[in-house]
Amino acid sequence: MLNNIDKEILNRVADMTHIPEGAYNIRKNGAGIMRNTTPNIDIRTKEDKPGIDIIVKPFTKGETVHIPVLLTNQGLEDLVYNTFEIGEGSDVLVVAGCGIHNPGEETSQHDGIHTFFVRKNARMKYVEKHYASGSGKGKKILNPKTIIEIEEGGYAEIETVQIKGVDYSKRDTEVRVGKNAHLLITERLMTDGDQYAESIVIVDLVGVDSSVQIISRSVAKDHSEQIFYPRVNGHERCKGHVQCDAIIMNNARVRAIPEIAAYNADAELVHEAAIGKIAGEALIKLMTLGLSQEESEEAILKGFLR
Amino acid sequence: MLELRNISFTVQTEESEPFDVLSNINLKLEDNLSYVFTGPNGGGKSSLAKIIMGIYQPTSGSIFLEGEDITNLNITERAKRGIGYAFQQPPRFKGITVSELLSISSGSSYSMKECSNLYKVGLCPQDYLKREMNSSLSGGEMKRIEIATLLARKLKFAIFDEPEAGIDLWSFGKLTETFENIKEKHDTTLVIISHQERILNLADEIILIADGKIQRTGPKSELLPSLLNNPDCSCNYNCQERSENHA
Repeated sequence: MLNNIDKEILNRVADMTHIPEGAYNIRKNGAGIMRNTTPNIDIRTKEDKPGIDIIVKPFTKGETVHIPVLLTNQGLEDLVYNTFEIGEGSDVLVVAGCGIHNPGEETSQHDGIHTFFVRKNARMKYVEKHYASGSGKGKKILNPKTIIEIEEGGYAEIETVQIKGVDYSKRDTEVRVGKNAHLLITERLMTDGDQYAESIVIVDLVGVDSSVQIISRSVAKDHSEQIFYPRVNGHERCKGHVQCDAIIMNNARVRAIPEIAAYNADAELVHEAAIGKIAGEALIKLMTLGLSQEESEEAILKGFLR
Repeated sequence: MLELRNISFTVQTEESEPFDVLSNINLKLEDNLSYVFTGPNGGGKSSLAKIIMGIYQPTSGSIFLEGEDITNLNITERAKRGIGYAFQQPPRFKGITVSELLSISSGSSYSMKECSNLYKVGLCPQDYLKREMNSSLSGGEMKRIEIATLLARKLKFAIFDEPEAGIDLWSFGKLTETFENIKEKHDTTLVIISHQERILNLADEIILIADGKIQRTGPKSELLPSLLNNPDCSCNYNCQERSENHA
């Protein structure tokens, strides 16, 4: 059922070299093709719109859910709504990710709208990787929207990676963080050619002693363009830290607009943003160790985007 | 052997007149010997080191390594021929770990050698190998790792730019021991830029560089006593008069 291109994409977007243990749902060209559920994790097809409901029973520990999406037909516009119920006191890893292989001239597009409910004292790590390949002129477009509600004492870690091949992406993330709940977002992005990537993150710290840390690292090459707009609103006694760090090369353009807003005198919010070239001294140092200029650049970018 | 012939280096910015950083440097640095470049700040020591590494291109003159003209070789090509340079202010790398930097340096993946190289610069290997080379490391730690990156390589010619800066006394002893070992192990020509008496003591030969020129060269026994009792730099009457005039 899976061909070699599928397998390559699955490896890139979901670190899947084989069919994983635990729950999974593989969606290909607009339809679910493989699914597995476990006694603790159920996956159901939505009845009112395309997409699935993933239900993790309370107190489920150490299980994983893989829900990769593959687009290998050109000209396909796929829109999907997934809802995650992460039960009270559970601790799970959710690996999503979308890979497009578009060898043709027509646009391929996947817009995933993911809604998460991280219940009381639950912990979730969510990893979402984007990858696209294909030598045709057909555009490869990914527009993910992620909405998360973290209840009291919950923890969510969101790791997003888009390193290669996606021509256009507009990422929207909205999170509400409850009492004594914590959120960590790490975003890594590399664009080249004429690619465009935009990321808007809005975090509302609505519970007492809630916290968020947003770490964004990006590299913009060639004529590509990136826009970051992380925004943290502190409504209660809370802590927030936003850090945007971009390396700019060639004729690329990067805009970083971090915003922090406090609506409570006990909100402690910090933002940092930096855009710059690869430090000349760092390049020279690696060259003095015997790497060529290109190899040095590669090593620096690889580390930076780790 | 590394030979510098008539090396001059002039810099000019749009606003300023041309400034001769180095003029007409002629120097032969023999295999298996230790040299210390010393002299006042701004005298041209680091510039000369950077010219040897290929970081700066001289305005005129040539550089020969074992008879080969390397003047037009770039940094990487010189590194591959066995020239190494430890920066005075080592750059930081986000995301690159100490272990990875040492692997790049040695040209092979992690081994026990990296461990011992860190130990030699006074760092406990298990505490450092996985650390990122970012701003979480102090200046002194960065300096020691910088030295370890050179220890990881088999060098014909190694330059250390003020290696002792930021290094505490305990590891200072270890450091001098390490320098002595490098030379013996790989027959490396060692150049250390320093003002420290203990480092000067390591030199087979001392080269005094000031105002972009080599002022004096000679064995340690000849130069060291006069450098340590430098009559040009004591608190004499002239100094007093100068400071009074400035007051």
